[in-house]
Amino acid sequence: MTMRSVAEIIAECQALYDDLDFTAARAWKAEVPGRIVVGYMPFYVPRELIHAAGGLPLGVLGGGDQLEVIQGDAYYQSYICRIPRSTIELGVTGRLDFLDAMLFPSICDVIRNLSGMWKIMFPKTSARYFDVPQNYRDDVGGVFYINELGELREILARLAGAPVTDAALRGAILLYNENRALVREVYAFRAREPWKAPSAEVYLLMRAGMVLPVARHSALMREYLAAAAAADRPRRDNSRVVINGAFCEQPPLNLIKSIELSGCYIVDDDFMLVNRWERADVATEGDPLAALAAAYLHGSVDTAAKYEPDRAHKGAWLIEQVRRSRAEGVIFATPSFCDPALLERPMLQRALAAHGIPCIAFKYAENSGQMQPIREQAGTFADSIKLWSAA
Amino acid sequence: MSPPAPVVKDSSMLKQKEMISGNYRRLETAAADGRKVVSTFVPGNLNELIMCFDVLNNLPEINAIQNGLRKKTGGYIMEAEKRGQSEDVCTYVKADLGMIAKGNIGPDGQKLPDPDLLLLSYTGCFTFMKWFELLRDHYGCETAMLHVPYQGDGRITANMIAYVVRQLREEVIPKLERLSGVKFDIDRLRENLARSARAEDDFVWVLETAKLRPSPIDAYFGGVYYIGPIFTAFRGTADAEDYYRLLRAEIAERIAAGQGPVTPAGDMPAERYRLVVEGPPNWTSFRDFWKMFYEDGAVVVASTYTKVGGLYDQGFRHDPAHPLESLAEYCLGCYTNRNLPARIDLIEQYMNDYQADGLLINSIKSCNSFSAGQLLVLREIERRTGKPAAFVESDLVDPRYFSPANIKNRLESYFQMIEQRRAGAAPARAA
Repeated sequence: MTMRSVAEIIAECQALYDDLDFTAARAWKAEVPGRIVVGYMPFYVPRELIHAAGGLPLGVLGGGDQLEVIQGDAYYQSYICRIPRSTIELGVTGRLDFLDAMLFPSICDVIRNLSGMWKIMFPKTSARYFDVPQNYRDDVGGVFYINELGELREILARLAGAPVTDAALRGAILLYNENRALVREVYAFRAREPWKAPSAEVYLLMRAGMVLPVARHSALMREYLAAAAAADRPRRDNSRVVINGAFCEQPPLNLIKSIELSGCYIVDDDFMLVNRWERADVATEGDPLAALAAAYLHGSVDTAAKYEPDRAHKGAWLIEQVRRSRAEGVIFATPSFCDPALLERPMLQRALAAHGIPCIAFKYAENSGQMQPIREQAGTFADSIKLWSAA
Repeated sequence: MSPPAPVVKDSSMLKQKEMISGNYRRLETAAADGRKVVSTFVPGNLNELIMCFDVLNNLPEINAIQNGLRKKTGGYIMEAEKRGQSEDVCTYVKADLGMIAKGNIGPDGQKLPDPDLLLLSYTGCFTFMKWFELLRDHYGCETAMLHVPYQGDGRITANMIAYVVRQLREEVIPKLERLSGVKFDIDRLRENLARSARAEDDFVWVLETAKLRPSPIDAYFGGVYYIGPIFTAFRGTADAEDYYRLLRAEIAERIAAGQGPVTPAGDMPAERYRLVVEGPPNWTSFRDFWKMFYEDGAVVVASTYTKVGGLYDQGFRHDPAHPLESLAEYCLGCYTNRNLPARIDLIEQYMNDYQADGLLINSIKSCNSFSAGQLLVLREIERRTGKPAAFVESDLVDPRYFSPANIKNRLESYFQMIEQRRAGAAPARAA
């Protein structure tokens, strides 16, 4: 089989990204009777459990800038972010009617309340608010979380019509460990040679992982890594930046492209934390639920939706991202009205300032269309980094 | 121009005012008196437990409300925004951070003490978590976190209770013991909880008098005064018990005299509309907002805001026989910790039990915990009850988001709609 070019691989990812009818997931479900598809919103759910139940975890990350939101707007006031209204739009227009269940992670009050709205508006789909512990002790938060995972396991077993065995769960953990390792590899590759892995491509590659079976996505990442490494692309004198704050409502693809066009290489981000939530492999020995819980409590990334028990540690992960990716600055790109990210930002800004790391901030919506101000702001930031570093 | 008429105040209001002032005085002299201070929140507060350690209770939400009522929050919010807080986020948080930035002068004009412990018992609102992280960033003091899971499926599970109790035992109580030097005494907690339960009985009696016609109380504008002691630093105290006994007697007198609610302008003459209200009030124009109701004879007979600190009218009581479990159940059961279907069921129940003419939603710009989903609440209640619902928008303590002309206009239209329904006009959607 001939190796596909980067353009061909990304074209496949782009088609998946553009398809708001989730045709690939529908086809996957139709292939084998009894398969289940479980939707989830950002930022984290234990996808291993869904896979172990013979299901496909499907990331529902809003409607982006291509979906015309008509009915969804009727459910929200003007001062609520965009993602719940476009998600409602996806629901009421029947685009999610093939889902067997929908999970709403513990991210903010808006997504939390959306879980209840889903129960009322789409009673045929099992809707569950998925709570995670904010206490990180094994004997406190860990016990709670293992029980919550157990409840979810039971729900999935009922939907699938068969028990979710430990063996199946260990197999799923193995597959997701492999997938996360590849995600880390793609991110490391981009940080090393960002001109060879433009962020819009990396973004589309990661988005494909939201709708494809895990093994298929892992294969796609391998293919991309090989093709991107082989590609000859011009190296630009861009500034290297980390994006922070975009972990829930996603920025339009054009925004990501605009940041790079303005003279910034994005060398790390928090766009889709679910695919790199666990920073190391989840243990495949012992009780698999305990292994997932331990990974959550002790080895997951930091984000605004998580409580940070140690004041001194606030911002440490972001600074580590900057150091690891050799970034020169941080862009806080935050959805309008995103409480967790906007309240977190001043604390992160202080942490960055203490380490002499420059930053800028702007807000967006998933359907933002006007990119000129973003380009000007990011471009000015890139220039100022160059000036400082030359000083 | 004649001076404004004096505001009418009942004895219970005067008592509560003295209780609040007393707490602020104790906070102001905490350092001199050698008292430790714990900052904590209203929904899910652990007052009975805090009292076991002889520490003082400072409530940033209440400071924001009191400052809002005194029209101080506009400047505080702008100060916080100047210092990097987004215009999009909770104005309680910004009012608090702005007050701190401007010297931490409390609502009564005296400097508030720095907290010795931030007791983060966040119930039904994610913002609390970030709020206390921001306060910790400022004060650098110790924080005790009590994570209260959300009732996603509309029920409290054994796992949730066990988790909260474990946190109380392993996290909260040890930190309070270390801070205060006082050993935890569960019998003392039982006594406090027993006092709470007695006050809760009287409180519920008061709320349920609104089922009468005319209602002797306004369960929203008046209700925010009635919840004061039981939601804040006084639940579990003898003072709170006395307050609710006094309040109950006052309301009993009003019923005997066939009187409606007391308002800032005196007794309300006639009850024309009975409303259920969802959402918190606006505090910066509280009196103006209230006036728009009582001038037109609108009485709020039940409200959801008065349930953010506990759903006592649904049968919950603090239980001395199961002290920690009872505290856990209390935290888990607060109104905004219930899922949206459960909230809608509760409002429907209020509409029926209190014979309301309609539902009014005061949608708060900076409170997603309440606001996200309210338009579905409105539709569902109209569908289930056939009664008209209306929607106004304001904010908690940001005066920039209170537009009196718009709100009054909407309310007047709403009252006309109720009249039309009464006159037998078919709802538009059924025509």
